[in-house]
Amino acid sequence: MKADIVSLRDRSLLRPAAVLAAILFVLILLPSFVETYQIQLVTYGLIAAIAALGFNLLLGYTGLLSFGHSAYFGIGAYAVALVVQHLGPHSMEFYLLVGIPVVAVMSALLGYICVRHTRIFFGILTLALSQVVYSLALKLYWVTGGSDGLRVPRPTLVLGLLSFSGGHGFQQFITSYYYYVLAIFVVAIIFMWVIVHSPFGKALQAIRDNEIRARFLGLRIRRFRWISFLISGTFTGLAGILWVPLNGLTTPDVLYWTFSGEIVFTTLLGGFRNFTGPIVGGIAFTYLRTYAVATTEYWQLLLGAVLVALVLLLPTGIVGALSKAGQRLSERNR
Amino acid sequence: MGEAVAILTVQILNSLLYCSVLFLIAAGLSLIFGVMRIVNLAHGSLYAVGAYVTAWLVGRGIALGVPLGWLFLLVPVGALSVALIGIVIEPLLLRPFYRRAEEYQLLVTFGLFQILEDLMRLIWGGTPLSADTLMDALPIIRIGGLLYPAYNLVVIGTGAVAAVALWAVIYHTKFGVLLRATSQDRRMASALGLNVGLVYVLAFAIGCFMAGLGGAIVVPTQAAVLGMGVDALVIAFVVVVIGGLGSLKGALVGAVIVSIVRTAGIQFFPELELAALYLIAALVLLVRPTGLFGTA
Repeated sequence: MKADIVSLRDRSLLRPAAVLAAILFVLILLPSFVETYQIQLVTYGLIAAIAALGFNLLLGYTGLLSFGHSAYFGIGAYAVALVVQHLGPHSMEFYLLVGIPVVAVMSALLGYICVRHTRIFFGILTLALSQVVYSLALKLYWVTGGSDGLRVPRPTLVLGLLSFSGGHGFQQFITSYYYYVLAIFVVAIIFMWVIVHSPFGKALQAIRDNEIRARFLGLRIRRFRWISFLISGTFTGLAGILWVPLNGLTTPDVLYWTFSGEIVFTTLLGGFRNFTGPIVGGIAFTYLRTYAVATTEYWQLLLGAVLVALVLLLPTGIVGALSKAGQRLSERNR
Repeated sequence: MGEAVAILTVQILNSLLYCSVLFLIAAGLSLIFGVMRIVNLAHGSLYAVGAYVTAWLVGRGIALGVPLGWLFLLVPVGALSVALIGIVIEPLLLRPFYRRAEEYQLLVTFGLFQILEDLMRLIWGGTPLSADTLMDALPIIRIGGLLYPAYNLVVIGTGAVAAVALWAVIYHTKFGVLLRATSQDRRMASALGLNVGLVYVLAFAIGCFMAGLGGAIVVPTQAAVLGMGVDALVIAFVVVVIGGLGSLKGALVGAVIVSIVRTAGIQFFPELELAALYLIAALVLLVRPTGLFGTA
């Protein structure tokens, strides 16, 4: 019996691992096939995937819909920008070293307040707090540059071993930074996978599915939600930290409530009822948005129409729909 | 009248003006949430549509040589057109979501918000649309040596009338009874033979009408600009959160509090004025999640 469970677990791990290895292989080889612009886009996609992955720990696994995750993305971005302004060293490792604790502390602080509520009140509370951060970033212009935002120059990577200046600096930076983000992306996925499959992750899902029953089991619900919020915010903040050197500039736009809406959109596009959904969603949304902006001046209209169609027709997202189709196919074959 | 008194009077009038518009937006938002349990993220955009339609109609009216007095009738027409949009939206987009999870309801209204924002850009372009002919049609009055446009008093009056009218409809008509019954227990109301679908359409239309009226009445004092709905929505959120989601009295009190804080904030602490509003909303949510008057 025990052996059965082990082999079952091995098998359930083996197939996704094989698929993942194949995808990773393609991603590693990607820069030798495509032009710089495409690499840049994929990098943005990976960053969006990290943000959505963090967001989904809260929505998909804990059952809390945050409408204020722009705050953590923006706090990460602004933390880096302020480090550049006041502390000096243009090293990506230094950005991460300072940025991650800042984001974690802010997520812990704001999360501690937000998890006092659930459902719609949780959503509005996260929205209100993110708007506090937004209006501070907008109005305290002597610190944050106001609506002009703050510039972030290209950092050095890998402890200053790789630095980028001169004529080919941009292309080199994009390629190196792609690998840098890819490495962090892989670590983030593994980390999140371990979390959601740990007893802690199972407890979150139990709380999501039946709060009262979970409480009877002796779970400290609020604390679980708080820690989930903390991890979720930190992941999204990490995405902000990674995003800002690539974008070169951070403005209050990334703190505004509409950006939170985009994070929710991203996650739903991929599908929030499964682990891979937000990852697919991050990359799909980046491409969708880029091509919408490129093809029409009214890209927001297009995105809105896609979103409405999505929730009406494809509520489980891309991954949900694909896996359903796959299931049907395998049933037919059987 | 001393100068200080005059300044104070103008400030109070300004905050009443702001309060009227806020109340119109927030009352609609609150009504829709109270009856349908939907947080309408597109509500600010509906307010903006009201402003755009009215400004556009006024512009057309002037071009066609419509007498000045008749132009004022275009304000309710602008508001009614938003109500019409609501009548179309509710059965088409919202009805499939009442039985689904909140995430989907929020997202569909977010999608609607994106669509409406860009539709306005598509139809009316990026340049602000002005309707200040209406404001100039009314005299400018003197308040102790300070000049004040009489049109602003019309806005304040409209807000007050709308508040009374809405209160009368909800608490003193048969339709109001049906509305409150549906809001309290949708299934029981339906079981008693009430046409819940119709009540929902009407409630949503009234909510849209209020938002549209807010936009229509305010547009002569400023102009219809892109993005006005995005900002209006979050402030309206603050109002209903303070007052209590789903409460009419709450929307009124919330609007008064927010407009006073805003007017004082712009005067005394301009950098923190917005942050203070959101902080107040967050604090109220923490201490009393149902707001000052909410029961939800």
